[in-house]
Amino acid sequence: MKPNLIQELVKIVGKNAVLTSPEDLAVYSYDGTFEEHCPDVVVLPTSTEQVSQVIQLAAREHIPVVTRGMASGLAAASVPFSGGIVLCLTRMDRVLELDEENAIVHVEAGIITANLQAEVEKKGLFYPPDPSSIRHSTIGGNIACNAGGPRCLKYGVTGDYVLGLTVVLADGRVIHTGGKVIKDVVGYDLTALLTGSEGTLGVITEALLRLTARPKFARTALVEFNSIEDASETVNAILTAGIVPATLELMDQTAISCIEEAMHLGLPLDVEAILLVETDGQEETSVAREIEAAAEICTRHGARKVTVAKDESERQGLWKARRSVAPALARLAPNKLGEDITVPRSAIPEAVRRLKQVSAKYGLPIVIFGHAGDGNLHPNILFDKRDPQQWAKVEQMVAEEFAIALDLGGTLSGEHGVGTLKRPYLERALGPVSVDIQKRIKQALDPNNILNPGKVLPD
Amino acid sequence: MSLPCNLIQPEENEYLNCIRCGLCLAVCPTYRVYKNETASPRGRVALARKGLEGELELTPNLAEQMYACLDCLACNDICPVGIRPADIAVEMRHVQEQIRPSGWKDTLFGALIAKPGRMEAATMPLRVYQGSGLRRLVYTLQIWKLLPARLRDLEGMLPRLPKRPLRRVLPEVTKARGDSRYRVGFFLGCAQSLLFADESAATVRVLARNGCTVVTPKDTVCCGMPAAGYGRMDLVKAHARFNIALFEKTATDVIVTDCATCGSKLKEYGQILAGEPEWAERAAVFSAKVRDVSEFLMSIPLEKPAGRIETRVTYHDPCHLRRAQKVWQQPRALMELIDGIDFVELPESDWCCGSAGSQLITHYATSLAVLDRKMDNLKSTGAEMIASGCPGCQMQLTTGIKRRQLAVKVVHPIVLLDQAYASQENSQ
Repeated sequence: MKPNLIQELVKIVGKNAVLTSPEDLAVYSYDGTFEEHCPDVVVLPTSTEQVSQVIQLAAREHIPVVTRGMASGLAAASVPFSGGIVLCLTRMDRVLELDEENAIVHVEAGIITANLQAEVEKKGLFYPPDPSSIRHSTIGGNIACNAGGPRCLKYGVTGDYVLGLTVVLADGRVIHTGGKVIKDVVGYDLTALLTGSEGTLGVITEALLRLTARPKFARTALVEFNSIEDASETVNAILTAGIVPATLELMDQTAISCIEEAMHLGLPLDVEAILLVETDGQEETSVAREIEAAAEICTRHGARKVTVAKDESERQGLWKARRSVAPALARLAPNKLGEDITVPRSAIPEAVRRLKQVSAKYGLPIVIFGHAGDGNLHPNILFDKRDPQQWAKVEQMVAEEFAIALDLGGTLSGEHGVGTLKRPYLERALGPVSVDIQKRIKQALDPNNILNPGKVLPD
Repeated sequence: MSLPCNLIQPEENEYLNCIRCGLCLAVCPTYRVYKNETASPRGRVALARKGLEGELELTPNLAEQMYACLDCLACNDICPVGIRPADIAVEMRHVQEQIRPSGWKDTLFGALIAKPGRMEAATMPLRVYQGSGLRRLVYTLQIWKLLPARLRDLEGMLPRLPKRPLRRVLPEVTKARGDSRYRVGFFLGCAQSLLFADESAATVRVLARNGCTVVTPKDTVCCGMPAAGYGRMDLVKAHARFNIALFEKTATDVIVTDCATCGSKLKEYGQILAGEPEWAERAAVFSAKVRDVSEFLMSIPLEKPAGRIETRVTYHDPCHLRRAQKVWQQPRALMELIDGIDFVELPESDWCCGSAGSQLITHYATSLAVLDRKMDNLKSTGAEMIASGCPGCQMQLTTGIKRRQLAVKVVHPIVLLDQAYASQENSQ
């Protein structure tokens, strides 16, 4: 990048917020996948105004801009394949206003989601979405990818809590969408459009988020199954019985043994699957009643054992385990490719069956866990990327995983997003008309294609 | 750039499986300060890998990222894959030292720190500065206000020095009070002897009171931590061999230290010398005997002090104790043994204080930013004392307290126990 442009960036954000050394560029080349490509410069702004000025410069010079937070993404959405500017918003991490009366919080995009939760919980309020990366991802990234998480079964995904956004457009103009209102039908819903847009339509710099009352009680049960099919059928049995647990998580044998090796929690190693069921609410008795009812259904559907966590620390232990599954898998192989296909929940048992067949066919392990309650599964292929034969197989396996999801009436991604990795499959999932319309939306908002180019939509 | 073939470097399996999930960013003190990937464990592992695989040059700037790590080990603990980013950072310092040796380290870690006598001579001016009343004068005349902030912080870090280093005062063998039930070797660390002599004197008193015959070899050399931190594994090994041979002559069942840093290094000797046939076994035996003083005391029938200490106390976990040695319950249990103590947990007690040996000197801004957060947490407890069994942490905490002008005293937990015994004697 031309030195005078670097100087201009320094003028906007200050010397300590412009990084250009080979070492700095190297560590901003990756996200939570194995993909990487160095940017030309890294900029760490501290205000919407600075972002706007940086984008104006990028627009003038037609420089690609890839916005990111902590780069925990699993779709290579924030890998700067076209070089250019990496706009890292981690230093914009303030709570601008906590409006207790309206139960709305106004935050900057770079706040770590767990810190946001902790802040609002101090006031008895609750921000429910809980991606597993909650401690190492930012709310801006969560919104840009419309992140989910275990609790979304009952509470909904990130997008369900976004009331308004401050966004810097591709020409540097700033818009505010939505506002502190729950109902709002004036004009197109730009908030919803930008949520999940993965940095391709604008740079989200601030957000207004809806909060709820913090549930006072929670009970968590660990349910062991000798057959993974029984486990996945139990999911539907619980939900059709009219119980809405906060979470309903499935883990297969490999996932269990992996966490056990990493964390020594005393999980059973001789079962084929585990369900983690949690109920929560404001009344202790109803929460307890629900977990008992769920336990009974589990037993009726072939559960070998149901253990309800005795206290908060036991419960925290179980959740820590669940959140560590994905990374812990790396103990087994140098690389893993985790997808997050989603199917109608009635199709979960069939999806699990077919995924196991794919694994058997190619001879590479697929570990299955995920948010079974909302049909969102995380099949993880374990492999060694240095072996070209394995890598070739992985590419075919991923295609088959996506085919399974679409075939069963599902979709490619429930919460990770499309990024780069799922881009080749997008047209198949959406159809040519939808892709055409989406390309026109992109064209309207970013005519010079500088915002996260080469992501989400096919060329 | 191709690397020399005989280079001692992190092995591929130490970094290969890093999946870049980012969990380590959540617990890293330097990331929390700078919110910049370059200052994160994941970033350091990536840089190490790229440097070793030839994708990046092993530049001084790359090495600097390794030195920017506080080596607090929080990332090692949280990594679900089992990657040890903090260890990799330290190993990379050693790589740098092999490629671009810096001569002054021979002098500092090889000739000075490794020889207690020379250390004592070199620190003489500091004892004169304090002992002669010069320090008091500096404060009385408020000369210290004229010092640049950085120097003022370093000056403030200095505890009240003992008149003479404890090594010169402590007998080689301290007899147990009553029947001798344990023969305990005491590893007197450099900082403890030179700066915190009162604390180690208390340690020996408490041990003796609880049935220990305490043997203190006088010729011990530095445990090796400073040399390790500056990439001189060769010197660490030399220190280790010397200390092992020395303690073999004492015929002790356990080797106790009251310095978290020494303890963690001594416990690593087995691992450090594992590749040397002549030493592997001896080092393993040595390391297996090492105990932090709180760890040892809580494992034996300990006399409950009848004396009381009426004060509100909180506790800061030294990284080298909690993470490196997994000792965190024992110091708390030890203090809770004392009647009158109102113990209150410090929020984020296991986050690094920013000392990390010499970071206040080498990485002033980072060290202070980390320390500031610690002080906010300390203030929230309302404690009158903060205990911590590490000389580095104690000096750093003292600096923070002076900067903020808080009315909090920094102590070693063992001193509280010693005082409780003493007040019981006095009242009898």
